Amino acid sequence: MSSSIAQQAQALRARATSAVELARRALEAARANEALNALITRADATALAAAERADAALARGAAAPLCGIPFVHKDIFCTNGIRTTCGSRMLEGFVPPYDATVVERLAGAGAVTIGKANMDEFAMGSSNENSHFGPVRNPWDAARVPGGSSGGSAAAVAAGIVPFATGTDTGGSIRQPAAFCGITGLKPTYGRVSRWGMIAFASSLDCGGVLARSAEDCAHVLAAIAGHDPRDATSMQRPVDDYVASLSTALHGLRIGVAREYFGAGVEDGVGSAVREALAQLEKRGAVLVDISLPHAQLAIPAYYVIAPSEASSNLARYDGVRFGHRCADPASLEDLYSRSRSEGFGAEVKRRILIGTYALSAGYYDAYYLRAQRVRRLIANDFAEAFKHVDLIAGPTAPTVAFKLGEKSSDPLAMYAADVNTVAVNLAGLPAISVPAGFSAGLPVGLQLIAPAFAEARLLAAAHEFQQLTDWHQRTPGGAQ
Amino acid sequence: MAIDSTTVRHIARLARLAIAEGELATVAVELGRLLELADRLAAADVAGIEPLAHPHDQALGWRSDAVTETDHADALLALAGEARGGFYLVPKVIE
Repeated sequence: MSSSIAQQAQALRARATSAVELARRALEAARANEALNALITRADATALAAAERADAALARGAAAPLCGIPFVHKDIFCTNGIRTTCGSRMLEGFVPPYDATVVERLAGAGAVTIGKANMDEFAMGSSNENSHFGPVRNPWDAARVPGGSSGGSAAAVAAGIVPFATGTDTGGSIRQPAAFCGITGLKPTYGRVSRWGMIAFASSLDCGGVLARSAEDCAHVLAAIAGHDPRDATSMQRPVDDYVASLSTALHGLRIGVAREYFGAGVEDGVGSAVREALAQLEKRGAVLVDISLPHAQLAIPAYYVIAPSEASSNLARYDGVRFGHRCADPASLEDLYSRSRSEGFGAEVKRRILIGTYALSAGYYDAYYLRAQRVRRLIANDFAEAFKHVDLIAGPTAPTVAFKLGEKSSDPLAMYAADVNTVAVNLAGLPAISVPAGFSAGLPVGLQLIAPAFAEARLLAAAHEFQQLTDWHQRTPGGAQ
Repeated sequence: MAIDSTTVRHIARLARLAIAEGELATVAVELGRLLELADRLAAADVAGIEPLAHPHDQALGWRSDAVTETDHADALLALAGEARGGFYLVPKVIE
């Protein structure tokens, strides 16, 4: 069972262990947990070589906090020389010739990648059942899904294979699997983390982030990956706060908005009561709970499921069988090369979203669907702006339910989309949010979502950290308390 | 909004996806259900509301007009299904 980043970093500095030993143990744990299907690719040789370099840096005494810590990358981040599939048959054999900025920064900090985590194909899904490489199982109950799309990342951390994993969040893909797997998941502000080398799904929503055991660990990883990147024009040119130093900021007097729409009809009783209990604990500690309303919340799912597929239909046009990715055998014509390569390479959900997105962008429907969704997007962003005039954070359940059973929703796209009801609005508004473990319902983990104004990650992490000083939910593991 | 097989065929052509004739009706029903979801947007009063394309309404910044890329042609061509002599190969387009 892996410990936290802080514990491993301390052990490394005390010479109680080495980066090579930590990498070996993580690789062993990955093999022992193969039934979870959390990883698509294990990178034994490159992991051990990176661990040796980390040990040399540690010996010199000049190592960053993440130096020598093993982790996994969601298989959406391009890794130079290591296969990057994005969970798709389309990229089954794709070995990128370059590293994503997030990959480069974590490597520069000395962190050791042991492999690439399973995910829903092109990050489209809320259960990890859309992966070409098979579904991931939830370490708390192998009959249940880990959530998605960063399901492999969440399962790898929850199962104790690694102390942290990278993920991406377009509509909840970090927060919802973190909630389902009983871990902490941080989606930063849009533009805080470079998207360069992160395979695109919906470019105005996609956001790289982290899944770990605690808010403190998330702060260490965000500190390493945040910041402007000249190669991503949408990454923001503004200073990066000291997230780790800010963790000690006290909750006292913090105004937390409790959005009534986030406790709506679809929220299971056990989930709602666990989250209300968590909020009561924050209140006892000195936070001020304020009832608020986000009046357009019920339009977030329809707006998201027009905007995200529209952007996807455009982004995924690059998979044409010509330059990289799957190419069909013996194409009869250029048109046949395009359409057969794409039809063979993409799975059902990806095709569904490309089709609906193409429809929403097509002549005659663009105004009624795409432009209208963008106008509703502004109404949703305005709701948050209005609320943040009165409160410092907004809270609610991350997901309306606990982890559901494999196969339970996979034949009904609309039921699956409803799993994102409390997360997608945050992406539409580009805000940072975190899911922290907040109890159990029917023996399965429940996540509390906290949302902050743009670029207030330090406030978000400090509040989550203080909650984790009051509670031990984040220390529970599928194998018992840590 | 209901959608018919002809529309599905048209959209699939635009998206360069091949859908077998026998599947068109099923796909039409599926897409119709997704459009019912999208049709809920019609309930919103969006009069006078500007579309939001970028979450922070951020205009893209300028960068200096300098060459930063080095030549990766060989590494990139090596990813292609078929390439020869520095070119990507596709089926013959001009008869």
